Amino acid sequence: MERRMNAPGVLAAPAAKDFKSATKPVWCPGCGDYSVLSAITKALATLGLRPENVAVVSGIGCSSRIPAYTTCYGFHGVHGRALPVATGLKAARPDLTVLVTSGDGDGYSIGGNHFLHACRRNVDLTYIVMDNHVYGMTKGQPSPTTEPDWSSKLAPGGTGLREFHPLVIALASGANFIARAFSGDPNGVAALIAEAVRHPGFSFIEVLSPCVTFRPEQREWKTRVHPAPVEPTDDPGRAARRLMTDDGFNIGVLYKGSRAPYRPAGGSAQRIEDLECQFRL
Amino acid sequence: MDGNASVSVALAGSGGAGVMTAGNMLLEAAALAGYYGLMTRTAGPQIRGGEAAAMLRISTFPGDGQDDRFQVLAAIDWQNVGRFAAELPLGPGSLIVGDPAQGEPPEVFTRSGARYAPVPLKALAREVPGAWPNMVALGVLAALIGLSAEALEAAARKAMKKGLEAGIAAAQRGFAHAAQLQGYPLLPPPGKAPRWLITGNEAAGYGALRGGVRFVAAYPITPATELLEWLSPALAKVGGTLVQAEDELASINMALGASFGGVPSLTATSGPGLALMIESLGLGVAAEVPVVVVDVMRTGPSTGIATKSEQADLGIALYGLHGDAPHVVVAPNSLADCLAATEWAVGLAESLQVPAIVLADQYLGQARGVVDVPKSNAGSAAPRLSAEAGTTAYKRYALTPSGVSPMAIPGTAGATYTADGLEHSESGTPSAQASDHLAQMDKRARKLAQLDPGDAWASIEGDGETALVTFGSCTGPAREALARARAAGAAVRLVSLRLLAPAQPQRLKRALQGVKRVLVLEQNHSGQFLRYLRAEYDLPGEVKSLRRPGPLPFRPAEIHEALEQWSGA
Amino acid sequence: MARAYAMELEATERYAQFADQLDTHNNREVAQMFRKLAEVEALHAKRILEEMRWPSMPALPPAYAWKSAEGPETAPFDSMHYLMQPFHALEIALRCEQQAQKYFEDIAASKPPEKVRAAALEMAEEEREHVRLIREWLKRVPQPKPGWDEDPDPPRTIG
Repeated sequence: MERRMNAPGVLAAPAAKDFKSATKPVWCPGCGDYSVLSAITKALATLGLRPENVAVVSGIGCSSRIPAYTTCYGFHGVHGRALPVATGLKAARPDLTVLVTSGDGDGYSIGGNHFLHACRRNVDLTYIVMDNHVYGMTKGQPSPTTEPDWSSKLAPGGTGLREFHPLVIALASGANFIARAFSGDPNGVAALIAEAVRHPGFSFIEVLSPCVTFRPEQREWKTRVHPAPVEPTDDPGRAARRLMTDDGFNIGVLYKGSRAPYRPAGGSAQRIEDLECQFRL
Repeated sequence: MDGNASVSVALAGSGGAGVMTAGNMLLEAAALAGYYGLMTRTAGPQIRGGEAAAMLRISTFPGDGQDDRFQVLAAIDWQNVGRFAAELPLGPGSLIVGDPAQGEPPEVFTRSGARYAPVPLKALAREVPGAWPNMVALGVLAALIGLSAEALEAAARKAMKKGLEAGIAAAQRGFAHAAQLQGYPLLPPPGKAPRWLITGNEAAGYGALRGGVRFVAAYPITPATELLEWLSPALAKVGGTLVQAEDELASINMALGASFGGVPSLTATSGPGLALMIESLGLGVAAEVPVVVVDVMRTGPSTGIATKSEQADLGIALYGLHGDAPHVVVAPNSLADCLAATEWAVGLAESLQVPAIVLADQYLGQARGVVDVPKSNAGSAAPRLSAEAGTTAYKRYALTPSGVSPMAIPGTAGATYTADGLEHSESGTPSAQASDHLAQMDKRARKLAQLDPGDAWASIEGDGETALVTFGSCTGPAREALARARAAGAAVRLVSLRLLAPAQPQRLKRALQGVKRVLVLEQNHSGQFLRYLRAEYDLPGEVKSLRRPGPLPFRPAEIHEALEQWSGA
Repeated sequence: MARAYAMELEATERYAQFADQLDTHNNREVAQMFRKLAEVEALHAKRILEEMRWPSMPALPPAYAWKSAEGPETAPFDSMHYLMQPFHALEIALRCEQQAQKYFEDIAASKPPEKVRAAALEMAEEEREHVRLIREWLKRVPQPKPGWDEDPDPPRTIG
C-alpha cells in the first residue's frame, strides 16, 4: 500500500482498502477468513479509525495470520495467548482500539483459560474468533467445537466428546457483548464488528468461517444460518434461556450488557523518589 | 576490644507468639541506633500458628551474609523449634534463653555447648496487664546486645499501634532482667549516614520503577509475591498500572503486550512460574519486545521448598528457551544490589529490545536489612530506540550495524508493523528463507554481543593467585570469608558475576589474570554455575567446586576453611 | 443509482481479490481472467458516472445496505477453488452478470425518475450484452473434466 503523504492538518479518513496491507494472504481460496478480513477493514473504516491507532493481536492458526494482512499495528504471538497480550496492551495504552483475532483451537482449547478470564475481566477489547470446527493449520484435528462423530486421523470415529458452546461460556464468564456471525455475509460481519467495537467492555463475536480444505461439507452452512429471531437482550438470564435452544446457527447479537469496562487503579503522578520515605530511617 | 562488631541473635516460638513482630522491632531498634542489620525468617509449614524463628544479625559493618553461628537463641516456647536446628547453629560461646515454664531447651541445641539462662518471660509479661512474652524477650535481646533503652522504645513506638504502653513496659522488664546476664555488647555504631531499611523484594520493585517500568502483570508465587504486592500501590502512585493475571502464561504475555504498546513492563515469579513463561520469553526474543522477569529463586525442582532459597534456576534462565534465543540474565549479588541490578536489567531490556531475567533468590528477596542508600544505575543504559512518524518504508527488523533497529510505538503514523514470533524478513513479513533466518539470528546475537557492560558486569575485589568465583547471595558470605583470609595474610580475589548473559569471556580472563586456583561457589546440587563457567569461559589453573543445594546458606567459616585447606590461604 | 455504482465497485474489488488469491496459488490462467473481469467492471462503474453525469464519486450507501448478503454483482468468497478452471470463473461471472441485469431491470420497473429509469434500462441492456458475451466465451472454453479438483499431494501445514 502506498503511504499517502497528506498535507499537514488534512487527514483523509481512511477507506476500507487503506486497512488492507499489500501482503497477500496464504489462505486457501474459498476460506471464510477472506471475508472476515474484508469485514474488519470495512468496520474500521466505518468507525472512522486510523490504522496507526488500531492494534490487531492474534495467536497461532490460519485465522491468526490476519494482523499482517492489515495496515494496523499487529502482534502475532504464541498459541493461545492472544488475549493476555491484548489485555496488557489495552491496559497500558487505553487510547488504542484493540482487536483480537483467533480460531476455535487457539481460542477455545489452549486459550480456553484466558477466554474465561478475559470475559470476566471485561477489558475493552473486541474478540473475533473464526470458528471452523477444526484445527486447519496442523491439517485437520478435532477442536473443542468439532462434532463428536467427526472422524480424523487423531481421533478415528470421532472424539465422542460433546462440543463446547462458546456463547454459553462467554455469557457465564461475564462478556459484555456476545454475537455470532457468518463469513458468508461479509457486510453483516462488518456491521457486527463495528457494533462490537463501539460497545464498551469485552465484546465477543464467534464467526462461523468454513474451512474449504478440511471441512468442505461446511459449504452447506450457508443454508443453515439464519438471523436470530429476537432482538439482543441485556438480561443475562434471558440470554441464557435463549442459548438453551440455540441451534448454533443463529446469527446476530445475543447479548449487550452494561458492566463497566475494566479500569486498573492508578492515575496519580507522584515522583518515584517520593516512595523512598517508606524506607528511610 | 571490648565489644563485638557483629552479633547474631534468634527469637523462636510457636504460633501467636509474635516472634516476627518482635524480631522486626529489634531490627528497627538497631537501625535507629545507627547499626547495620539483617533479618531473615524461618517457619514451619503451617499458615498460622506454626513454629517460627526470626534470625537477626546486627553489625557495625554492612553485609547480608549469615555469620558462622548465633550468639543468642531465645525462645518463647520450644514447640517444634528443634526443626530449625540446622538453621540456628550454636557454639560453646553461645547463650540459650528460654522460659523455664516451657520446659528445657531441646538437646539438639544444648549439645552445642551453649550455656542456658532461664528467663521467666511469661511471668514477667503477666506483671504488666495486656503485655506479651515476645515483648519481654525483645527487651532481653536488646539488652544482651547492648542497645539503648531509648532505641528500643523508639522502635516500639514506631511499630505498635495498640497495646503500646503495655508493650514498652514489658520490654523494659525484659531489658532490666537481662542486666544480670552476660551478653554480647556491640561496638559503638558507625557514624550516622543516610540508610534505608528494606527487603530485597522491595528493592527490586523500586529498582524496576527507577528503571522506568510502568506496567506490571502479577501472578502470586512464593517468594516473589511481596515484590508484586509492593509494586501495586507504588505503581498507582506514579501513574503506572498493575494487572493481576490468571496464571503465569498470562502474566508474561500481558507484560509483552504492554511493552509492545511502548510501556516498559515487568513481572516477577519463582522457578515454577518461570518454567511456564519460557515459551513466551522466546516470543519476546524473536519479536524483539523488551520485558523483564524477576525470578526470586527458591528450592527446586518442581514445587520444591517454596519458602527456602537456592541458586538452581541458572540452567533454565540461561538455556531454557527453545531454539537459539539470546537474551539477558542479570544476578544481583546483595540485598542492596537487588535495586541496582533490576534497574540495570530494565535499561538493558529496553535498549536491546530483548527479554531480561533477574536472578534474585528467596534469601535476598525476603531478607530485611539496613543498607546504605542504594546506588542507582541510572544513565548506564540508553532507553528504547523508537521509530519516528513519517518514516518511509519502515522496516521494524532492519539489519543495522548494532543489531538494534528502531521500534515503532502504536499510535505512530506511517510505521505500522506486525511483531511476530515467526521468523521474518527485515519488514517483519513471515519468511522461511534461509537467508532471512540467518540474517535475523545474526542480528539478535549481534545486539547482545556488542553490549559493553562496563564495570557493572561483576563485582571484583582483592588480588592474589586464588580466586573465588560466585554469583548472587553467595557473595555476602564469600566477602566475609575473604576478609578473614586477608586478615590471616592470604591474598585472595573475589569475582562475583552480575551479568551472566551475554557472557563476558574477555572480561573474566582479565579479572583472573595471574590466578592459579579457582574456587567456584554456588548453592545448588549439580554445579550449574561451574558448568556455565566451563562452557562460556576459559578458567585458568586448578578449579574446585564448593557447592550444596539449598536451603542452608553458606557461612563464612566453611568457605574460609575450603580456601585454607586448598591453597594454604 | 448510487447503489449501482457501489455494486460495480464492489464487484471490481472482489474480482481483483480473487485474482490475487489465484496468483498466490499459482493458478495464473484464471487469475488473468479475473483481472480482465475486474477491468470490465471498473469500466462499467465509469460508465455509470458518465451516464448520470456525476462529477465525481457520489456518497456511497453503507456497505451493508443490500437485501441479500452482498451486492448482486459481487461473487461470494466461497465460490473459489485453488484449482478452478477458466470455465468456473466464467460461470461465476455469468451468475453475477445475470443478477446485475435483474437488478437494473428491477430499478427500471420500480417507477423511478425518468433520468434514472433511462439509465437503468441502458445498464440492464449492457448487462444483457455482458451475459451474452460471457455465454460466448464459455463456449470457447473447455468444460472441466472430472477430476479437475484432484491434487495428488495432501494439504501441507504452514506453521
